[in-house]
Amino acid sequence: MKFTRDHEWVEVTGDTALVGITAYAANALGDVVFVEVPAPGTALKKGDSFAVVESVKAASDVYAPVSGDVIDANTDLSSSPDTVNASPEGAGWIAKIKLTNPAELDALMDRDAYETYLGTL
Amino acid sequence: MPDSTLSLKSTALYDRHVALGARMVPFAGYTMPVQYDGVLAEHKWTRESAGLFDVSHMGQARLIGADAVATLEALTPTDFATLVPGKQKYSLLLNAEGGILDDWMVSRPEGEGFLLVVNAACKDQDFEILARETIGNSQFEVLDARALLALQGPKAKDVIQAVCPAACELYFMECGSFDLLGQTAFISRSGYTGEDGFEISVPNAIVRELWDLLLTHDVVKPIGLGARDSLRLEAGMPLYGHEMDAGYTLVEASLGFAMQKSRLTRGDIRGIDRIRQQLAGDLARVRVAIRVLEGPPAREGAKILSEDGAELGIVTSGVPSPSLGYSIAMGYVPPAASDVGARLKLEVRGKSYAAQIVTLPFVANGYHRKPKA
Repeated sequence: MKFTRDHEWVEVTGDTALVGITAYAANALGDVVFVEVPAPGTALKKGDSFAVVESVKAASDVYAPVSGDVIDANTDLSSSPDTVNASPEGAGWIAKIKLTNPAELDALMDRDAYETYLGTL
Repeated sequence: MPDSTLSLKSTALYDRHVALGARMVPFAGYTMPVQYDGVLAEHKWTRESAGLFDVSHMGQARLIGADAVATLEALTPTDFATLVPGKQKYSLLLNAEGGILDDWMVSRPEGEGFLLVVNAACKDQDFEILARETIGNSQFEVLDARALLALQGPKAKDVIQAVCPAACELYFMECGSFDLLGQTAFISRSGYTGEDGFEISVPNAIVRELWDLLLTHDVVKPIGLGARDSLRLEAGMPLYGHEMDAGYTLVEASLGFAMQKSRLTRGDIRGIDRIRQQLAGDLARVRVAIRVLEGPPAREGAKILSEDGAELGIVTSGVPSPSLGYSIAMGYVPPAASDVGARLKLEVRGKSYAAQIVTLPFVANGYHRKPKA
């Protein structure tokens, strides 16, 4: 699993990747009550806002950690958005992306580097 | 404390909030607890049990003297001559054009003059105006050595029964001064959640002891500003800077209950011509309650559209309602579009979603009203 400074994660299998928000982000947001996931077929550039996660207090954009085409989205989150809190880095995944520029993965942090980064916040 | 918070003020309970694991955020120049356990849990706890809020950032002041009523009436649309000792009224500080500069709770505990609670973000402005514009024999005093707690929820009365039983005699919008922990507490039966509850003003010197004492009751949990906002929204209560500011009148903001007929008849209200014109029907917009019927929550700034897409107005506050399970909002539309039941659309992130005008409050209140004689 790789991580961004904006607290998204990417789990790569072959040329596809699952993406979601980290446990740190889910905790910072608080109780998630609404998730807007992207439509399959959406083409994403690294850094695009592709999903929105909302708590009682606020709406937060989720940014694409890498470029790719959305091939699946976690529509279960519309009926159970709290899965993002319960399992942010597992069942709370947001979208599945077919990578169009896998080299972008090299710029992301591994778990150790991300943990170190969290320590600076 | 991070550098960015060095210039922030804190209340006397700052160490208590931190010890309770609160997430502290900047609010109106103060570092305040936005949540402890989580906004959803705190919201529901307040609706079902009793929530304890530190609202000491709000401004407290006192006006005394034979002309205190005249001073207050020159600045507001409220009839203060009829605010008898032991009662409380909601009021509005107006500018010369009738625009709203702040909203106030004014209480009159026997023998204490008029006590004002004003918004934290407005208090410097309000107190400057009050100090400058006192009339005749009236003296204005800022009570900056006092803290303010709110205990809200259906079980609040059980706790007050144990801590200050005499205050349980109060009905909604009544107030008094009481001996509490050896000091004078000003207590009113009111609040900002729609629930039965109490607001308790005490000297800073005893507020930690009182906070700890209230939290010894199992039915009481501390509640942050996050749930305070979702609770007041469900109760249909406006928030200064959102549902009102200097650009709105009390007619537009549907706050006519802050103005009494006696004042309207006398016509000695700031901006009276504009207020009369608006009451006669020359009104461009009015505050409404909106239920979101589909899609994401609509928050402050979302456009309100007619069913065929014409722009009607704007959302001023919105939240996914923890009590109701759907999203609610308040905002402004032209009176012709404000009928209860009317369908409209809300624009969120470039898409529009169905919504409907409903009645306020969204959640029925639980006030302990005085039985009608």
